[in-house]
Amino acid sequence: MTTKATFRIWRGTKEGGEFQDFPTEVTEGMVVLDAVHKVQAEQAGDLACRWNCKAGKCGSCSAEVNGMPKLMCMTRLSDLDLSKPVTIEPVQTFPVIRDLVTDVSWNYEVKKRIKPFKPRKPDFEDGTWRMHQEDVDRVQEYRKCIECYLCQDVCHVLRDHKKHDEFIGPRFFTYVAALEMHPLDTEDRVEELREANGIGYCNITKCCTVVCPEHIKITDNAIIPLKERVVDRFFDPVKILFRKLFGK
Amino acid sequence: MSDYQTHEHDVLVIGAGGAGLRAAIEAAKDGQSVGLVCKSLLGKAHTVMAEGGMAAAMANVDDRDGWETHFADTMRGGQYVNNWRMAELHAQEAPARVRELEAWGAVFDRTKDGRILQRNFGGHRYPRLAHVGDRTGLEMIRTLQDHGIPQGIDVYMEHTVVDLLKDGDRVSGAFGYDREKGRFRVFKAKAIVLATGGIGRAYKVTSNSWEYTGDGHALAYDAGAELTDMAYVQFHPTGMVWPPSVAGILVTEGVRGEGGILKNNEGRRFMFDDVPDLYKHQTASDPEEGWRYVTGDKSACRPPELLTRDHVARCIVREVKEGRGSPHGGVFLDIAWIREKLSDSEAHIKKKLPSMYHQFKELAGIDITKEPMEVGPTVHYVMGGIFVDGDSQMSTVPGLFAAGECAAGLHGANRLGGNSLSDLVVFGKRAGEYAAKYARENGDVRVDEAEVEAAAAAALAPFDRDGESPYAVQGDLKEMMQELVGIVRRQDELEQAVERLQELKVRAAKTKCDVNREYNPGWHTALDLKNLLVVSEAIARSAEVRKESRGGHFRDDYPAKDEKFGKVRHVITKGADGSMQLEERALPAIPEPLKKIIEENQKA
Ligand code: SF4
Ligand code: SF4
Ligand code: FES
Repeated sequence: MTTKATFRIWRGTKEGGEFQDFPTEVTEGMVVLDAVHKVQAEQAGDLACRWNCKAGKCGSCSAEVNGMPKLMCMTRLSDLDLSKPVTIEPVQTFPVIRDLVTDVSWNYEVKKRIKPFKPRKPDFEDGTWRMHQEDVDRVQEYRKCIECYLCQDVCHVLRDHKKHDEFIGPRFFTYVAALEMHPLDTEDRVEELREANGIGYCNITKCCTVVCPEHIKITDNAIIPLKERVVDRFFDPVKILFRKLFGK
Repeated sequence: MSDYQTHEHDVLVIGAGGAGLRAAIEAAKDGQSVGLVCKSLLGKAHTVMAEGGMAAAMANVDDRDGWETHFADTMRGGQYVNNWRMAELHAQEAPARVRELEAWGAVFDRTKDGRILQRNFGGHRYPRLAHVGDRTGLEMIRTLQDHGIPQGIDVYMEHTVVDLLKDGDRVSGAFGYDREKGRFRVFKAKAIVLATGGIGRAYKVTSNSWEYTGDGHALAYDAGAELTDMAYVQFHPTGMVWPPSVAGILVTEGVRGEGGILKNNEGRRFMFDDVPDLYKHQTASDPEEGWRYVTGDKSACRPPELLTRDHVARCIVREVKEGRGSPHGGVFLDIAWIREKLSDSEAHIKKKLPSMYHQFKELAGIDITKEPMEVGPTVHYVMGGIFVDGDSQMSTVPGLFAAGECAAGLHGANRLGGNSLSDLVVFGKRAGEYAAKYARENGDVRVDEAEVEAAAAAALAPFDRDGESPYAVQGDLKEMMQELVGIVRRQDELEQAVERLQELKVRAAKTKCDVNREYNPGWHTALDLKNLLVVSEAIARSAEVRKESRGGHFRDDYPAKDEKFGKVRHVITKGADGSMQLEERALPAIPEPLKKIIEENQKA
């Protein structure tokens, strides 16, 4: 069963670019990434896009499909309105390299600035620890992150206000939360959360949580608990007011 | 003279999956300057796809386990043609590698008393796989990445290596390009570790990512190294078969480990119909015993769904061929049935197999807690690869090391699930350690300008040619390999494959692409074709001379195992005239003490 659909794909470089229409035959079960590959194989051999796993596990194929931040490999055509052209464009928060590929190196630099894991001494002579499942459930949730950076893409602090120098973005709050709440970790990252990481810029709009393909509750489970830690440490007297403001 | 930038390192690691990252960490620990080159962004390598877990005889769940049993299981799974030294080291060192990941921040699932939980998997006698739900590979790669980067490793992301450079007999570096701009790069290095993974992209239905084009295999081959065991390709029994665009994507063996059963369209649990003698005494005699096994009853035997991958895959092919398949040409894998046993089965399935639940929900519109999945074999892994020394992981070319999937030996003719992630870290560490030692003990190298110029000219050639699109040749190659060198092989078809490969080589040498060096997948595909053709030919030729069936290599015309072939391996090298040479070599005898371990475990 084949039908026709048009894919309106952004093509260009950092110097500029434009949308180009690619009418293509599509079949049952196809995802957006399949359509991009089909265009690549049949009409535009040098159309640039990233992908690896094609199963929503590597976080390479992030793009904006009809304006929504999505993993192209997990977006089924049957969930889109094919009577109109489907627009596919690169994520907006990071500079474009070419077509659908953006320069995400900023994320790697940010991660380097976060203090790495520092475990307490092993509990036993043989170098092992004991941890209970209940105590690691939350950390495992954060560690599901596939670093697709879709949350970074939607966050207005980065997308609109370009606070890349002062704000690490939801992905890295999740990362810091995973370290801070790791039962074995002994490092202290609260000071840098407030200063270098700019957690104060987040006003809990929850847009990041909405787009996360791993369904990590970024705002509720990572950012808010981290904000609380900062508040407890630095603003104890205003803690009550803060909680009132944010409904916690 | 072409334009290129040179980077200098003591040790260069090519590939940044589990093995490459682990090698880089170890070499950096030694104080060597380390460069790590990868085709994708860091943290996206195929390792993220590994679901089930990593095998290590830690005996956290069943204290009868030990390295000896793990060794014996690995050898039996590999049909005794494994590099016994690698199997021995792997079984002995895997537990320390798992614990080390925990010390670096990995968060494995826990036992009730707070230790690392281990799960059942095909071919492993005891619950042995340390895991994190069904995303163990992601946990491994993220842990290694986050631990490794602060060690001062220089990472070259989105760079492809197209040639190895040599100084006399020794490797002296690598030539490649950055994918973003297409600028040439020379990496000068005293030692090189190849950790490039597999070859799945030579086939049409595969669970492997685009990166798996046999780069390391072909780079080593071109540099004069030996490849071995290339006939052994693993078809994972359970890949998705529908919808067509996702065909091949893996359905973890963990589904069967948690109680999933295979059924044909008559509703029959066909795996009970054919249990190989080697495994009879360790296989459940009825479904009830199978269920007791997956729920932790130590007196029960495993269900037949957990027999080795090669066997399960062939049983599925048989059912489909004989008309008992599912609507889209696979069979049914049912985990939903466990609701008969567990009142909270839905929550249980979602907790134990979260990625599988999402994968089917989002890609196929199927709720696995309620309906069966449709599955069929998919090309998953190559057991064959670069021949290495078991202890040091050095290939037959001085200074050139290999670890992980691109190296051969550990898995023999068939890999057990869970032995791959442990392979990556056990031998990644060893390769890094010995590469660093080699770099320290051997003097500087010289890069040969002429060699660089030749590599640059070859890399630019597709821009000036006037043939067909590289996608068309790649497509035909995949079809051909799937058809003629697939899961069930035959003499005439293999001969035909070798012939067809000669035609494809001619076509590949003429492919052209758009003149644009920036992030141009057409150009990249044209260059990858060379590697795919080398591994395809190596597989077809090795399969043709192995006139028996063993592990991942199954011959319709020689369906039985042959003692005589159990004593040899087939070696592939590049001849002086550039043509592929094949040689038969005797396998070294297994030392007595290890032989005894194997025998004792066979009795038990
Ligand atoms: S909740 Fe905070 S981090 Fe998330 S998108 Fe909104 S402002 Fe950004
Ligand atoms: S937190 Fe979610 S959206 Fe953000 S990078 Fe990770 S997986 Fe992607
Ligand atoms: S290709 Fe890996 S997440 Fe889409």
